[in-house]
Amino acid sequence: MNRELYPFPGGLQIPPHKELSNAKTSLITPLPDSIILPLQQHIGTPAVPLVKTGDKVLKGQIIARADGYVSVPVHASTSGKIIDIGNYTVPDPLGLKAPCIVIEPDGDDVWFEIKPTHDYASIDPKDLQDVIREAGIVGLGGAGFPAHVKLREGTESAVDTLIINAVECEPFISCDDRLIREKPGYIVNGTRMIRHAIQAKYCVIALEADMPEAYAALKELIDDDIDLIQLPVKYPQGGERQLIKVLTGMEVPSGGLPIHMGIVMHNAATAAAAYRAVIRGEPLISRYVTVSGEVNDPRNLQVLLGTPVKHCADQCGYEDKEGQAIILGGPMMGMYVNNMHMPVIKTTNCVLVTSTYNKSPEMPCIRCGQCVDVCPEKLLPQQLFWHAHAKNYDRLREYHLFDCIECGCCSFVCPSNIRLVQYYRKAKRQITQDEQTRSGADHARERFIARNARLAREEQTQNNELLAGSDIGELDKQAFIQAAVERTRAKRAQLGKQENSDDDQE
Amino acid sequence: MTGILIVLAFTVVIAVLLYYSRGEVPEQEKLVDIIDSLLPQTQCGQCGYPGCKPYADAIVHNHADINQCPPGGRNTIRQLADLLGGEIKPLNPAHGKAGPKRVAFIDEDICIGCVKCIKACPVDAIVGAPEQMHTVITLECTGCELCVAPCPVDCISMLVFVQGGRRVKLGPAMRTSS
Repeated sequence: MNRELYPFPGGLQIPPHKELSNAKTSLITPLPDSIILPLQQHIGTPAVPLVKTGDKVLKGQIIARADGYVSVPVHASTSGKIIDIGNYTVPDPLGLKAPCIVIEPDGDDVWFEIKPTHDYASIDPKDLQDVIREAGIVGLGGAGFPAHVKLREGTESAVDTLIINAVECEPFISCDDRLIREKPGYIVNGTRMIRHAIQAKYCVIALEADMPEAYAALKELIDDDIDLIQLPVKYPQGGERQLIKVLTGMEVPSGGLPIHMGIVMHNAATAAAAYRAVIRGEPLISRYVTVSGEVNDPRNLQVLLGTPVKHCADQCGYEDKEGQAIILGGPMMGMYVNNMHMPVIKTTNCVLVTSTYNKSPEMPCIRCGQCVDVCPEKLLPQQLFWHAHAKNYDRLREYHLFDCIECGCCSFVCPSNIRLVQYYRKAKRQITQDEQTRSGADHARERFIARNARLAREEQTQNNELLAGSDIGELDKQAFIQAAVERTRAKRAQLGKQENSDDDQE
Repeated sequence: MTGILIVLAFTVVIAVLLYYSRGEVPEQEKLVDIIDSLLPQTQCGQCGYPGCKPYADAIVHNHADINQCPPGGRNTIRQLADLLGGEIKPLNPAHGKAGPKRVAFIDEDICIGCVKCIKACPVDAIVGAPEQMHTVITLECTGCELCVAPCPVDCISMLVFVQGGRRVKLGPAMRTSS
């Protein structure tokens, strides 16, 4: 297929290291001793538990419901008993604990009653979204944005192009590659299903040139309805904005969304999971995970969500050695974690064990400008660094900190070993937190002012009543009291009568 | 010589004019609002003034110090110092200690429904009626602790506030990656 490509600015050529893990067939990971399912595995509001400790659950049963629109439910990955609902270590850059549901598998792996739909084309696109939402589908590329939200955006406005992102640009990660090679039908049919759901005019599946087998597998299944495009290898081509630029030549404006330009993008694994959810009725309870780097047998695994990372690493011959770092995700954007107790969640695509990470101390910035050349968002990383260092949050906004996609290119090329992205992440977190505090404070101020106004009003009314009272002349007052006394007497008399008649009856 | 004197006289006149045009009333009122917007709006009165706005007013008009707001802590002091061009100083311990945000919690088994706390709450965050059980609307509570002292049965405690979710969304970028 000849299609004009528009290279995105910046970016890097990094050794891909995919050959470590992409040649071997994926292994189905055996059941672990415990399954730990965090209530939040997606962007949005955490799910709300529907089970309690001691309950028996079946595989695929909803154990926590979605809370609000930007939220998805959590399903039991296997059958077993709920042994705890509490705080456990989760994949988190700060190593924090978060609410999780823990299941002790009974080993039977019995499915909950599932409802397959054999013909997606007969379903109204709106109902299709609900099915996908109930199946707990989120973007499996890494961010974990609930898939139904993007689908709804798609049905509400006209969609020109649906892009299925199979560009696995981060080094070491090959889980999408493996998934496409092993289950190309899911990807292609999933793509067609999403296209039906959002009624897109054109449809593209994009992957990089270093995935020839995946390309061939897809090529065999697609007709003219889908464009299959191979792109030259360049990092971070798989970023949403970068891929849109490459394929269409258009840039998503700062603060804008692809849907504003008639584009919807889904990750290939998400399309596959959505298809599976609709056709087979199976919710999202497992995913492909790459275990790579310094393990004896690097490969891809099919892992039940909630399986401890350690259990996955053990399947690939992991040995704990001095000086090794464990990264969840790729070497460029992944998060460094201290231990392997946390579970695999919906967004965990890779477990990387490495000892060649950047250990050198940070040196001062020499303003060489290499970071500027590689930034795919055309930002000024060194300026952002200065202002982040000085906690100058207003200037950070002016320099479009929130357009940073945290791809890590700037940190990668920095000759002074400055972990630039870490500063940006911290600053983003701080700014978001400050904003929340600020809006809380504004709300409190409004309530304080409203209360003071109410108190003033009440005082005013009371004063008015007193004033009104003083206007009554002495005579009138006497009459007023007299009238009140009369009324009371009359009432008493009536009550007395009633009591008498009651007595008579007895 | 006369030349120098004329120049000097001009300088003095301009300096005096500048000095007096500096502190005009509307400017000061604007400043009060800006300072008020930096304060945490707890309305706790720990600063010694009956609310955040009065404290902002006192900073502008009565030279109140900028380190009297425990709920705001270091962050607020830093922002005030940036705004007013002063130095960052530690919180004045006479006004209290900084700490994590707390919210009031009413033990509903003990509450006798006296409405005293409701009257004390500066942001109407307590619901209830005479001789009915009261409760705090957690999301509206600013943690000012003004309801704690009036309670005759000591049923109000201050608990550390844990926001429903623990994680904050980092930004709109990168919804999809490879």
